[in-house]
Amino acid sequence: MTLLWLIIIPLLGGLAAWILGRDNNTAARWISLVALTLDCVLLAILWLGFSFQPEIGQGRWLIEWNQAWIPQLGISFHLAMDGLSFILVALTLFLGIISVICSWTEIRERVGFFHMNLLWILAGILGVFLALDLFLFYFFWELMLVPMYFLIYIWGHENRVYASLKFFIFTQAGGLFMLLSILALYFIHGGNTGIYTFDYNLLLGTSLTPSTAFWIMAGFLIAFIVKLPVVPFHPWLPDAHTEAPTAGSVILAGLLLKTGAYGLLRFVMPLFPSAAAAIAPTMLGLAVIGIIYGAILAFGQSDLKRLVAYTSVSHMGFVLLGIFAGSATALSGSVMQMVAHGVSTGALFIVVGMIQKRTHTREMGQMGGFWDMAPRLSGVGLVFALASLGLPGFGNFIAEFLVLIGSFRMHAVVTVFAASGFVLAAIYSLWIVQRVFQGEKRDDVHIADLTGRETGMMAALIIVIIWIGFFPRMVLKPVEPVIQAAGSSAFQENPVQIEGGGE
Amino acid sequence: MNIADFTALSPYLALSASTVITMLVLGFYRNHKITVILTLAGLTLSGICISGSLSVLPRDVTPLLTVDPYAYFFLVLLLLAGFAVTAMSYSYLEKHEGHREEFYLLLMLALLGCAVLTAATHFASFFLGIELLSVSLYALAAYFRHSDRSVEAGVKYLILAAVSSAFILFGMALIYAETGSLAFAEIASRVAGAQVRHLPYLSGVTMIIVGLGFKLAVVPFHLWTPDVYEGAPAPVTAFIATASKGAVFALLLRYFTRIDLHAQEALVVIITIIAVASMFIGNLLALLQTNVKRILAYSSISHLGYLLVTILASGPVARIAAAFYLSAYFITTLGAFGVVTVLSGPDRDADQMDDYRGLVWRRPLLASVFTAMLFSLAGIPLTAGFIGKFYIVAAGVGSALWLVVIVLAINSVIGLYYYLRIIIVLFAPVEQKLQREPGLSRSSSIALVSLTVLLVWLGVYPGPAIELIKVTMQSIL
Repeated sequence: MTLLWLIIIPLLGGLAAWILGRDNNTAARWISLVALTLDCVLLAILWLGFSFQPEIGQGRWLIEWNQAWIPQLGISFHLAMDGLSFILVALTLFLGIISVICSWTEIRERVGFFHMNLLWILAGILGVFLALDLFLFYFFWELMLVPMYFLIYIWGHENRVYASLKFFIFTQAGGLFMLLSILALYFIHGGNTGIYTFDYNLLLGTSLTPSTAFWIMAGFLIAFIVKLPVVPFHPWLPDAHTEAPTAGSVILAGLLLKTGAYGLLRFVMPLFPSAAAAIAPTMLGLAVIGIIYGAILAFGQSDLKRLVAYTSVSHMGFVLLGIFAGSATALSGSVMQMVAHGVSTGALFIVVGMIQKRTHTREMGQMGGFWDMAPRLSGVGLVFALASLGLPGFGNFIAEFLVLIGSFRMHAVVTVFAASGFVLAAIYSLWIVQRVFQGEKRDDVHIADLTGRETGMMAALIIVIIWIGFFPRMVLKPVEPVIQAAGSSAFQENPVQIEGGGE
Repeated sequence: MNIADFTALSPYLALSASTVITMLVLGFYRNHKITVILTLAGLTLSGICISGSLSVLPRDVTPLLTVDPYAYFFLVLLLLAGFAVTAMSYSYLEKHEGHREEFYLLLMLALLGCAVLTAATHFASFFLGIELLSVSLYALAAYFRHSDRSVEAGVKYLILAAVSSAFILFGMALIYAETGSLAFAEIASRVAGAQVRHLPYLSGVTMIIVGLGFKLAVVPFHLWTPDVYEGAPAPVTAFIATASKGAVFALLLRYFTRIDLHAQEALVVIITIIAVASMFIGNLLALLQTNVKRILAYSSISHLGYLLVTILASGPVARIAAAFYLSAYFITTLGAFGVVTVLSGPDRDADQMDDYRGLVWRRPLLASVFTAMLFSLAGIPLTAGFIGKFYIVAAGVGSALWLVVIVLAINSVIGLYYYLRIIIVLFAPVEQKLQREPGLSRSSSIALVSLTVLLVWLGVYPGPAIELIKVTMQSIL
C-alpha cells in the first residue's frame, strides 16, 4: 500500500497545486514541495525497514503490493520495489524536489498548471520504476509523456513547438512497438500455459523460440533505446533538452533517460537473456559510437544548453556499454552512472538555466569572465564540469571506471575506444569552463551571483555527487542482489565483488 | 406476438411512441424547451424499458428482429448518443433563427432507424433501418435551409446514401437469388451446406460491404465524409459520426459473425484492404487539414479502419474489443463534437483553428474536455481510448494479424501528430489579458462533464464495463 501512496501523493499534490494555485503562485510551489517531501518521508520509513541483503529463500522484492485491476485480461495493479527501484525512486524524489526549487522564480506564468505537470511526470516516473505488471508499466510509460510534452510546449523556449512534437512522437512510436511485444509475450505465455497474465514474475519463465524471442525483444529494445537514447535514435534529445524549461531539462536528463536504462535492466535482460546476449555486440558498437559521437557533437555546439544535452548522449553510451558488457562490475557501473549522471547533468542544466535567466542568452559567444562577477555560480559550474569529465572524487568517476574495467576483460577493443570518451569529456567540460566562467570579461554582460535559495540547492547537489563519489556503496549495496540475480541468469562470468570507497 | 415479444420490443416501441407524441404536441403547441424535455423523456423511457425487459432475452420477435443483450448493449450506446446530442443541440439551436422543434423529431426517427439496425437479423429489417436512418439524416444535414454549406451537405449525403442503398439492395437480391432466403441464419446454413454458387453469392456480399462502406465512411467510400461533416450542423455531425456509424457497425458485426466471415478468404482480403487503406488515408489526409471538423472527419475514417481489425480478428476477444472500442469512440467523438457545438455561434460553426487558439486560458473547462477527448482519440492512458486501442491491438495480436496490427501502430503515431496540433493551438499562449468568457449552458456542461467522467472512468477502471460487455457479446452467438 505504501508503494501506491508513493505514486498517489504526487498525483493528488499536482491536482491541489493546480486548483489552489490558480490565483496563488506561492501556494502551488509549497504544495508541490510538501507533496514531494511527504513522499520522501514515506520512502525513508520504507528504507529503515529494509535489509538489502536478502536471505536465501526470501523473495527478491523488498516490498510488494498486488491488486487485481482488469481481471478479465489478467491485468493487476502490481507494484514492487527492489534495490534498483529503491535507488531510482530516491533519485526521482531528490531531483523532483530540486526541480521545484529551481523553478521557484523561473516560472512565473501559469504556475499552478506547471506544478501539476511536474508532479504528474514524477508520478509517472515513479510508476515506471515500481510497476511489475507489463500493462501497468506501459500505462505509466505513456502517462509520463503527456505532462512532459506540456512542460516543454507551454514553458519552453523559442523552438518549443517543434521540440515538444518531436519528443512526443519519437517516444510514442517506440512505446507502441513495446506494446506489440508485450501483447505478443502475453499471448504466447497464455498459449503455452493457459494463464493469460501481464504479471512480470509469471512471464519471466516464458519459453520462446530464438527467433520469436528476438522479435519480441526488439520491440522492447526500440522503446528503451529511443528513450536512453542510443545513436541513431537520439535526434529528439538535443531539441527537447534545449527547449525545455530548466526543471524540464533536469527531469529529462536526470530521470526520463534513466527509465530507458531501467527498462533494459528490468525487462530486456531478464525476459530475453539469450536474445539480449545475441544483440549485445551490436549494442556495444552503438554504445561506443554514442560515447564518441555525443562528445564530438557536444564540442561543436555554441549553445550552452545544447552542449550539455549532447554530453548526455555520450554519458548514456557508458550506461548502455555497462548493461551489455556482460559483467556484474560493468552492470553496477551502469547503475552508478544512472545516479551520478542524473545528479551532475541535472545540476549542469540548472547552472545553464541560471545563466540564461540572468543574461537572456544561451550562446557561449556572448558569455565569458563570469568568475569575477559571480564567483559562487562559477564555482558550482566548475564543480559539475569536473564531475562530468569524470574527475576522481565524484560519482561519475566511479561509474565510468567500473564500466570500463568491467567490460575490458571481455571486450578489450570496444573498451579502448570507449575510454576515449574520458578524454573527449575533459575537452568539452574544460571548454565550458574556459568559455563561460573564465576568459575575457565582457563589458555588456552583467550577471548576479547565486541567491540564498540557489546556493542551498546547489550545495545539496554537490554534497550528493561527492558523497556517492567517496561512498559508492551507498548506491551499490542496495543494487548488489539485483545485479547478482541478473548476472547469474545472463552471464557466465562470476560476479566480481565490488570494494567500497573511491579513494 | 405475445406479451414477452412486446416486452422485448418495448424500448423500440417507447422510442416510436415518444416520436409520435412529440409530433402531436408540436401540432398544438410549439415550444423549444418542451420539445427537448419530451425528447429526453422518450429516451429515458426507452432506457427504463431496457432495464425492465432484460429477463425475456434473447428472443426472436417476428422473423425480422432478434432482440438479445447484444442489441440492447448497442441500444444503450445509441440512447447515450441521443442524450448527448439533444443536450448539445438545445443551446446550439437557441442561437439560430427559424423552426427548431422538428430537429428533435428527425433525431428521434434517425435514432429509431439505428435502433432497428442493432436488432436486425433479416434483410427486410436491415433495409428498413438503413432507410429510416438515411432519410432522417438528409433532412438533418440540410436543416439550416438558408446556409449553402448545410444544403450542400444534405444533397451530398442524399446522393451518396441513395447510391449506397442501391448497392445494398442489389447485393441482397443476389444473395436471395442464390440462397432463397432473406434471414441471416438461414443464409448462413445454406452457404455452409455448400448449395450456393460462389461467385454470385460473393458478389452479393461484396455489394453489401460497399453499401455499408459508404455508411461507415471507410476508404474508398469516404469521399463524402469531410464535406458532410463540415457542412452539417455540429450536433448532426456528432450524430452521423457516432450513432449512424455505430449502428451500422453493430449490424455488420452481427452479420459477419452469423455468416462466418473467415470461411470466405476473398472477403477477408477485401476487408483487410479496406481497413489498411482507411487507416492510412484517413490519417494522412487529416495531416493536411486546417479545419477542425474536417480533421475530426478524417480521424473518424481512420478510427473505423481500426475497428475493422476487430472484424478480421476472431474469437470472443475481438468482439469485446469491438464493443469496447465503439463505446470509447462514442464517448470521445460526442465529447469532441460537443465542444465544437458549444463554441459555435449563430453565423457559422467553430471549425477554424483560430477559434481554439489559447482556449485553455479563456475557457479552461471546455479546453480540458477537448484535450481529454483528443488524448483519447490518440490512445493516451487514463482515457477510454487507450484501453480501447489496447484491446484492438490485443485482438489483432491474438489472431496473429501482424500486418494490420503494425499498420495500426504506425498510424497511431501519424494520428498523434494532428491531435497534438489541435492541442498545441488549445494551449497556445495568448498575449492579451485573460478574459473569462461567459459560462456554458447548463445542459451542455452537464453533457460534456459526464462524458469526460465516463471517459476517465473507462480509462482507469474498465473492469466492470468489460465484464458487462463480455456477457452481452456472448449472446451474439
